[in-house]
Amino acid sequence: MLLITCPECGARPETEFVCGGETHITRPGPFAEVPADVWAGYLFHQANPRGKLRERWRHQAGCGLWFNLVRDTVTHEITSVYRMGDPKPEIA
Amino acid sequence: MKRYSAASLFTEGFRGHTGWERAWRHPDPKPAYDVVIVGAGGHGLATAYYLDKEHGITNVAVVEKGWLGGGNTGRNTTVVRSNYLYPESAALYEKALQLYEGLSKDLNYNIMLSQRGMLEVAHSRHELEACAYWANAMRLNGIDSEVLTRDEVIALVPGINAGPGARYPVCGGYIQRRGGIARHDAVAWGYARAADARGVDIIQNCEVTGFRRDGAGTLVGVETTRGFIGAKKVALAVAGHSSVMAERAGFRLPVKSYALQAMVTEPVKPMLDTVVMSLATGVYMSQSDKGELVIGGGLDLYGSYAQRGNFPTIEKVVASAIELIPAIGRLKLMRTWAGIVDVTHDSSPIIDRAPVQGVYVNCGWGTGGFKAIPVGGYTLAHLLARDEPHPLAVPFSLRRFESGRLIDEAAASGIPH
Repeated sequence: MLLITCPECGARPETEFVCGGETHITRPGPFAEVPADVWAGYLFHQANPRGKLRERWRHQAGCGLWFNLVRDTVTHEITSVYRMGDPKPEIA
Repeated sequence: MKRYSAASLFTEGFRGHTGWERAWRHPDPKPAYDVVIVGAGGHGLATAYYLDKEHGITNVAVVEKGWLGGGNTGRNTTVVRSNYLYPESAALYEKALQLYEGLSKDLNYNIMLSQRGMLEVAHSRHELEACAYWANAMRLNGIDSEVLTRDEVIALVPGINAGPGARYPVCGGYIQRRGGIARHDAVAWGYARAADARGVDIIQNCEVTGFRRDGAGTLVGVETTRGFIGAKKVALAVAGHSSVMAERAGFRLPVKSYALQAMVTEPVKPMLDTVVMSLATGVYMSQSDKGELVIGGGLDLYGSYAQRGNFPTIEKVVASAIELIPAIGRLKLMRTWAGIVDVTHDSSPIIDRAPVQGVYVNCGWGTGGFKAIPVGGYTLAHLLARDEPHPLAVPFSLRRFESGRLIDEAAASGIPH
């Protein structure tokens, strides 16, 4: 069981949250000018590292807000939690 | 290779079983091969086997970071089936099932295929309609399927929760009678033994750490923990670690790695002689020859390379299993484990040339790679030997993510994730 610290509500069990995958993704545009490979990259080629990953999560059963965290995909250790709009933390 | 037969078993019985050979060698890597396959799971070993059998290419090595068949091939729930919706998937998985049907004989190794039927239970009128739609689509694709009434489902699964108080009433379902289970380890071992007998080197405890190219950018081989191994072509069949290997080779794949858990109960007397899957409760179950109930469900829904899952998913799967067959509620859960599965956005695999020269990929099977092992190997071998995709694999290209021609196969997992 992961214990995730929501920036608004504090530490809660993982069952209250949904994972939204990689964060800090910028939608390319304007749409009509985006080549197919760039669009495919935006839609389908998410980062899938073995190690630290910046993700967005939503506290579905709590405040309902999205936020970001840094999680290790092997150990599940969460090393940083930060709000949407906060600067992107460096990861090793 | 000494053939296994009734006669050899009889002879060895009189000699105290002293004459059996090792099933495969443990060779040191040669300086170079025509093809190096990364990953000695079912798909990688099958690829090596079909490279020689179908295309006469024997100068092949299969390199494996851990031990043979120790990844998802040894971690799945052993179900084989071809109950897919779309013609492209149906053709691919049906070929796999057909190869499975002849595999024990082909490999001279008993994979213990048991075509005990793959039953999908419908718990509402709407699900029953969906089942009929699904079963009819299968028939149009030339695959056996049969819609069942409520009474037929109850007769097939005597312990199913169909009483008046059932939270999920049983309304009927459909069955693919040719579906069933096979001994998962035997599939890896059988392919390994048969490939080894054809001259393929299976090199375990050997991780590929990088790809070496010459000045012109042509692939010349792979760097491994046992030194450099020359290769004209390198095939990746590493399931959940496909993104990691792709990164080392210098490209990205549209896959995401998740932990998929499975579990077994303590062994009991025979009580379930089919594979039962329930969409609404989100669980599926079969009984192994040892008597354990083998139970699977949904993914842990965040990216993972941990090869172990978290408890909330186990709790959900177990709750669903007990909801479906309440009589198992007092059984002890003996083991739980997880494999890392490579999931694509359309739940369909990728069998294609990589965007970099000399590298070929077989990945994206997600939660359903075991049932596809023979066809994954068969089509990847074709791609490696001919440098063009097998007709069955044409729709499963990497290009589909750019063209938008996705094969959005909800039936791929059979479980809504």
